[in-house]
Amino acid sequence: MAFEFTKENLQKFEETLKRYPQKRAALLPALWLVQEQQGWVSKESMEYLAKLLDLTPAFVYETATFYTMYNLKPIGRHHIQVCNSVCCSLRGSQETVATLKKKLEIEVGESTSDGRFHLSTVECLGSCGTAPMMQINDDYYEDLNEEKIDKILEKLK
Amino acid sequence: MEMILSKNWSVKDQRKIDVAMKNGAYASLEKIFKMSPEQVTEEVKLSGLRGRGGAGFATGMKWTFVPKETTRPIYLINNLDESEPGTFKDRAIVEKDPHMMIEGMIIAAYAIKSHTAYIYIRGEYHKQWEIIEEALKEAAKKGFLGKNILGSGFDLNIYQHRGAGAYICGEETALLSSLEGGRGYPRIKPPFPAIAGAWGCPTIVNNTETLTNLPFILNNGAAAFKKFGTEKSPGTKLISASGHINRPGVYEIEMGLPIRTFLEEHLGGVWKGQKLKGVVPGGSSFAPLTAEEAYQTNLDFESCAAAETSLGSGGFYVMDETTCMVRLLQFTAKFYEHESCGQCTPCREGTGWVSQIVRRIESGHGRERDLALLNDVCKNMMNGRTICVFADALAMPVLGFLKKFGNEFEEHIKLGRCPHSVSLRGLRA
Ligand SMILES: Cc1cc2nc3c(=O)[nH]c(=O)nc-3n(C[C@H](O)[C@H](O)[C@H](O)COP(=O)(O)O)c2cc1C
Ligand code: SF4
Ligand code: FES
Repeated sequence: MAFEFTKENLQKFEETLKRYPQKRAALLPALWLVQEQQGWVSKESMEYLAKLLDLTPAFVYETATFYTMYNLKPIGRHHIQVCNSVCCSLRGSQETVATLKKKLEIEVGESTSDGRFHLSTVECLGSCGTAPMMQINDDYYEDLNEEKIDKILEKLK
Repeated sequence: MEMILSKNWSVKDQRKIDVAMKNGAYASLEKIFKMSPEQVTEEVKLSGLRGRGGAGFATGMKWTFVPKETTRPIYLINNLDESEPGTFKDRAIVEKDPHMMIEGMIIAAYAIKSHTAYIYIRGEYHKQWEIIEEALKEAAKKGFLGKNILGSGFDLNIYQHRGAGAYICGEETALLSSLEGGRGYPRIKPPFPAIAGAWGCPTIVNNTETLTNLPFILNNGAAAFKKFGTEKSPGTKLISASGHINRPGVYEIEMGLPIRTFLEEHLGGVWKGQKLKGVVPGGSSFAPLTAEEAYQTNLDFESCAAAETSLGSGGFYVMDETTCMVRLLQFTAKFYEHESCGQCTPCREGTGWVSQIVRRIESGHGRERDLALLNDVCKNMMNGRTICVFADALAMPVLGFLKKFGNEFEEHIKLGRCPHSVSLRGLRA
């Protein structure tokens, strides 16, 4: 599937170029823009960015794959990322993971069949004081318990 | 005593510039523009401010490493990557008082003669990104950013650069690689960033909390700052507290506060009426303290170093008496295994081995010789065998856990199972 920025995103992209003395530096922000536009970063979009930024597609690919937050394949609409790192483990993050697996009937790394949710476990999200916690897309949900999780999942269509 | 960084944290709408200005925000700018950049640097040197990003390096001194006669652009970077397990204090600065941070950046940029500054913010901090965007807009509108700030002739633009999920990008040279659009690979030092950093130009990387201390220092003078804390660790420190305590959260404490006081008075003690087993005072990259050691240690750089750990980034977490230390180390090792950038063999392989061995011990399949093996692997990862100190950041806690809680590891191996009542057996990391 061919990829192109929308007019609005192209403008945003050109804005970011002005922030750096070298074009290449706009690669991370550009990858973010792609993900904002289509939910993930496809091979075609990387080739497109390579052209825009005068880079080789291989370079774009190398950068994109280094960072865990760029989705290299389409995933469920709501990306649930449960912190299962050091401090959250002290406050029951594994129970949170188990609860979510049970409720969504998927394993970590999978999406629900209706494409609504994708479940991942991640390392420290800088929210250790309000553990257990998870991030869904851009939002943090903290001090979780089963009741709270039910309410949160309910709301996300 | 009124503190330095958190004094306006409970003010309603402190994020809005008009409210912040009523509480003194940006007042230091009038003052610094009457001083030379060298005088500003001198004041910061006199204050004894040390970096809050983990290493505790003297801030004013670092600034003087920028070559005097350079004709190249100079860059300032605010390191807001904050990804070390246990650390969530820079986030609090942004959420509670972003203008103090921006003011601090303006001071630092003026001192090092930088006209372009970047905030490297971790990708997950999206809300915080939005707060900063808004605050930057407000500051520009008031004339605190942009061209000819307050008629001083000094220009400064600040931009945010969003990371995308990689702990290693908090390491300053990895940060630079990431800023330049590449993988977050650390670079060999020297050259240090102050000489050849972003795009080969002189670059100062400072932690968010370090920068946020500057308005107080310039407003009130170095002497006022030194009234806080200890002789060698002046000022206050933000401590993010988590784990088995009654009141987790971010606290500003005066450097030198005894851990006992912090635990009992600020944090409301160990949760559920349990006894203390241990504390990690400065984030996951450092050795833990036993309860006994913790009760004899204070929260400042020297006292923590004397106890063979570090105040680090102030990621303070507490373990109650029921905690399985092998399991905790397993989670720690998993983090480093996951986050190694993979450039150096001792680190890439070593973090994997450590993780594997600790997992084996935790699951009851440990062997007698595993403890010696862990020791060897760690020693091989440390002391300059790698490009950056990430490898040491796993080796240090492993050696610390073995030294202080070695009996728990031996018990696991002897029993062939975890002796702690873990209700979640079978649910591994
Ligand atoms: C693996 C690793 C991760 C780091 N992460 C951070 C971080 O998230 N934030 C930070 O300010 N410093 C971090 N540092 C320290 C930086 O390299 C650098 O020393 C610091 O930003 C300098 O600022 P300061 O002098 O104000 O403390 C990290 C260092 C290492 C080795
Ligand atoms: S020590 Fe580890 S994290 Fe640092 S450069 Fe080497 S492989 Fe990468
Ligand atoms: S360990 Fe989970 S947010 Fe820090």
